[in-house]
Amino acid sequence: MRYAEKTDGELVASCRAGEGAAWAELVERFSRYVYAVAVGVYRLDTHDAEDVFQEVFARTYEHLDRLRDDAAIRPWIGQLARRLCIDRLRMATREQVRDPIDAPDVEAELERLEEALDVREALAGLPEHCRTVLDRFFTRDESYRTIAAALGIPAGTVASRISRCLGRLREALDGSGKGASSSRER
Amino acid sequence: MSAHEEERLAALLRELTPAPAGWVRAAQELPAARAAMDALVERAMASERCRRQVLSGLEEALAQAGVVPDRRSVTELRARLAERREEG
Repeated sequence: MRYAEKTDGELVASCRAGEGAAWAELVERFSRYVYAVAVGVYRLDTHDAEDVFQEVFARTYEHLDRLRDDAAIRPWIGQLARRLCIDRLRMATREQVRDPIDAPDVEAELERLEEALDVREALAGLPEHCRTVLDRFFTRDESYRTIAAALGIPAGTVASRISRCLGRLREALDGSGKGASSSRER
Repeated sequence: MSAHEEERLAALLRELTPAPAGWVRAAQELPAARAAMDALVERAMASERCRRQVLSGLEEALAQAGVVPDRRSVTELRARLAERREEG
């Protein structure tokens, strides 16, 4: 089984067993999320965001043996990332700022990121050609032409593949019970 | 799938853009860097002479041990050497 196909709990167990490729996948799996929390939600500057990013993964690595529930690594990383970001903001202002996590807009942004992470997880379970085309088009912002040239397919095929793969992504989300709807219950 | 659903999925996909590749690589190399740092600290603590030698050239010592000598690793090595000295 590819590490990317493992559940969070299985991945943590593999990391604890000292499998280097499992740790690389764990970082890969949560790197975008941690980055989005630091830069997108808390608007840290590059220097602070990088420190938080590395600190999150360093502490995660140190805590692998002490996690109470391997499957709960995701909320654990999420909470840690938020706490470290808030600490950074407090250090920067050198005063007690109101906990930004309580602010409704921050809460909404974090909830949206959680939902985006569900979508990323569903994406990881799709065939390679779908993962590639959706990632290139939506998160790397590449044009049809660039993707077509890179994959050696006509631009029209890129468009139809995107549409078809979005449909498969929707099905995967529905199948996982994590459908991306605005009223999703957590 | 409706156009609305498609747009919503697309928007969620756009939320999580890749972190800088260098950040991701550094985090992925953490276990190897930790092991190399541990070995370096042990070597440095073998004698006062070794410790002083490492302290006088932290960046060089890290690079020789295979650890990228950036701000974070230099600070960590300095702190760990001080900590071990206090313990000893």
